[in-house]
Amino acid sequence: MSELNQEYKPLIVAFCCNWCSYAGADLAGSNRLAYPADVKIIRVPCSCRVNPMFILRAFQRGADGVILCGCHPGDCHYTTGNYYTRRRMSMLFSMLDYLGIERERTRVEWVSAAEGAKFASTMNDFAKKVASLGPNKRLEDLRCKP
Amino acid sequence: MTNEQLKQEILRISNVNVTKCMKCGKCTASCPAYDEMEYHPHQFVSMVNNGDIQPLLNSDSIYRCLSCFACMERCPRGVEPAKLVEAVRLMAVRKQGANRMKAEDVPCMLDENTPGQLLVSAFRKYSK
Amino acid sequence: MQRIGVFVCWCGSNIAGTVDVHAVAEALKNESGVVFSTDYQYMCSQAGQDIIKNAIAEHKLTGIVVCSCSPRMHEATFRKTAAAAGLNPYMVEIANIREQCSWVHKDMLSGTEKAVILGRAAIAKVHLNAPLIPGQSPVAKRALVIGGGIAGIQTALDIADAGFPVDIVETKPTIGGKMAQLDKTFPTLDCAACILTPKMVDAAQNELIKIYSYSEVSQVSGYVGNFDVTIKRRARFVKEDLCTGCGLCTEKCPQKKVPNEFNLGMDTRRAIYIPFAQAVPKVATIDPDYCTMLKTGKCGICSKVCTAGAIDYTAKDEFITEKYGAIVVATGYNPISMEKFDEFAYSQSKDVITSLEFERLTNAAGPTAGKLLRPSDGEHPHKIVFVQCVGSRCDSCAEKGKEYCSKICCMYTAKHAMLTRDKYPDTEVYVFYIDVRTPGKAFDEFYRRAVEEYGVHYVKGMVGKVVPQGKKLMVQASDLIDGKQLHIDADLVVLAAAIEPDKSARPLATMLTASMDTNDFFTEAHPKLRPVESPTAGVFLSGACQGPKDIPETVSQASAAAAKVIGLLCKDHLTGNPCVASANEMLCSGCSQCANVCPYGAITYSEKEFRMPNRTTLMRRVASVNPAVCQGCGACTVACPSGAMDLNGFKNNQIMAEVDAICRN
Repeated sequence: MSELNQEYKPLIVAFCCNWCSYAGADLAGSNRLAYPADVKIIRVPCSCRVNPMFILRAFQRGADGVILCGCHPGDCHYTTGNYYTRRRMSMLFSMLDYLGIERERTRVEWVSAAEGAKFASTMNDFAKKVASLGPNKRLEDLRCKP
Repeated sequence: MTNEQLKQEILRISNVNVTKCMKCGKCTASCPAYDEMEYHPHQFVSMVNNGDIQPLLNSDSIYRCLSCFACMERCPRGVEPAKLVEAVRLMAVRKQGANRMKAEDVPCMLDENTPGQLLVSAFRKYSK
Repeated sequence: MQRIGVFVCWCGSNIAGTVDVHAVAEALKNESGVVFSTDYQYMCSQAGQDIIKNAIAEHKLTGIVVCSCSPRMHEATFRKTAAAAGLNPYMVEIANIREQCSWVHKDMLSGTEKAVILGRAAIAKVHLNAPLIPGQSPVAKRALVIGGGIAGIQTALDIADAGFPVDIVETKPTIGGKMAQLDKTFPTLDCAACILTPKMVDAAQNELIKIYSYSEVSQVSGYVGNFDVTIKRRARFVKEDLCTGCGLCTEKCPQKKVPNEFNLGMDTRRAIYIPFAQAVPKVATIDPDYCTMLKTGKCGICSKVCTAGAIDYTAKDEFITEKYGAIVVATGYNPISMEKFDEFAYSQSKDVITSLEFERLTNAAGPTAGKLLRPSDGEHPHKIVFVQCVGSRCDSCAEKGKEYCSKICCMYTAKHAMLTRDKYPDTEVYVFYIDVRTPGKAFDEFYRRAVEEYGVHYVKGMVGKVVPQGKKLMVQASDLIDGKQLHIDADLVVLAAAIEPDKSARPLATMLTASMDTNDFFTEAHPKLRPVESPTAGVFLSGACQGPKDIPETVSQASAAAAKVIGLLCKDHLTGNPCVASANEMLCSGCSQCANVCPYGAITYSEKEFRMPNRTTLMRRVASVNPAVCQGCGACTVACPSGAMDLNGFKNNQIMAEVDAICRN
């Protein structure tokens, strides 16, 4: 099993808000805090820019985990964006739950621009979780495979 | 065991991160048993970090520590020197026949004012 | 179909060390639409930028992808490069293969693989980019400085010097801040008041500077160049324009037992008071918590003695709203509370004091008129123990104190020790230190003088506990060099308390949407290259609200912030961010969902006529976005049920294309 896991590389899409989490990811980089290369970051202006559709699309196209990072509640650059995110995502997650998608495949984390270490540890932890769940078979749309 | 192995063993027993120490000496400044001890709390941290465990094992200091935890309480860096003293003492008394206090020594220490709790605590601390 | 150029940067060995840049450039050549792909040592250098410009001209590129460092670093650089070559700057996308790839991954194979994928995602996005033209917005030519300490005063003076009006908002009845409470300043031992009070007077007399003392910022809206700020002027029950500052009321007020916060509670003041003789504005203030007239309606002595008729017991808080182009935060610091450090007996003995209290004790305008006397019995202390790093450099899990070094304590303690020995040579002075940190011009020399010329005993070690015993304070400490435990019977113990940002900073940051670190210090836009700007455009940082600082550093940062503000206010128009939302009127159903979530009120509705088949027309309610007000968060795009709302630069199909490109293995 452990061997299998080493072979298996999960595909993780991370949406990061430009002001806090993307900067946090940059700080993790400047401080050379390693996390798995499986994590690919997409920059969005605010976590509230992330349409639940994007997350479903990622799963449809074969992502094994999707994580959404934004500013801490109350610290949003746009004042209230992350509050919308929180509510939208709790709706989406309960829907995913209903569909039988493992809860651990999706996550919302608040990472500030000063929390490079938190970003790296979050990504390490998330990647480990997703790897332990194995490939996402339920939502992947095989018609989308090249 | 090599110095490094001894160090790792102490760190494992105590679960203390000695590298957090900033060498301020507040532990030693707080220690009420200072005059009794050959090695002082800050030296425990430093010596464990350097792998100098043998002198600590051979020293009476590990039995002189009152386990009052003042050093742990006051340390600004959360290093917990008392746990190191405890770990070294455990390492010493866990050896075959190395009990600091033997049952047969007890009767001559007793008088009518000795609380029973004292004996229990002493056994817990000085014997395996 | 776009014609895309890909430029992979080595960043010396920063990227090339973990990513095979040639392989990345080769791999991306095969992507659809890519007509040119190359790599170079430093893309951001002049030579690198020339490669981009030449390629744009030579290959008639319509979009470019730069695989380099974070877009937060060089996006602006490459956009300028593109613009210089005649390409719309918003046709540039950055793939972050340094901070988010080469620096965090150790393995060449996986690093290269990821870099290719990130490049692919950027290419997919560029395919859908459209040229954007930023709008313009006017600049309100007035600056707001929040906090009237030395940082705020210096910033305001410098901005006013350039000819722009500035308002200072200060919560206390007077400006001056912490520096007004200090006695001498290191390392030159200038008298703090002698160098500060002329600046306070300058600020008061400058026609361009308006001081709102005893006031606070209660609301902020708007954006860079156009902030609308509501300032709450707390009722001081004294008309500022009439009060002459004669001080008669403060002598006649019968309520004498109010702790004097200016002297940190070491003496008392009246219920109507002027904090100190050189206060600016020199106007009395009534403390509503203690004034008998305000509490019971019986007294009114101050209004009887006031010849100017300035007392007004019916005053209410006032709110004024003003437009500002730039905001400078200068909220400063405070010493932390000593309640979690009871091993030093701060709460048990009056003779255990903090360094700021010591400062007041030695100040000629302080409670003892500058004589160093014990607070408990007014006697001369003959043995003084200074304890450094109280609450600084603590571990986060220790849950008391701060993780950072407070920076100023080593120097002010050396100053206190030196001045004590200078004035009272019969006093023995001990300083317990962990490290003596004196980086700064003439700083270490100063500390050495305290030791060598003034005979201060510097002891490497920490104080474990302080126990009051009779009239003495028994100090138990370690001397790590001698390997001794010391027991000192001291008369006075002075704690160098850590400093923390003012409590008002956190709610202020929320109002300004400026970011803070975990210690509540404001974060700067870039730690090295943009140290006086907040990441929020139009908000600047001055002084200790950004991190612990001494006076020279504070003043230089204050002037730097002023220079940035002047640079902003000099402009007549600001170029806005074109990455704003826009509504597709053909899809919009006029449901108002987007307007409900917009934090800026940028979305309005209007009835619009639409052509229908058979030459009929239809009136429909549709949304439109004011691009000058929209900040581009994208909340509306997700709220829109019909998909009519989209965000320029981060369009739905662009993000979707990025997702697809990443998932396409």
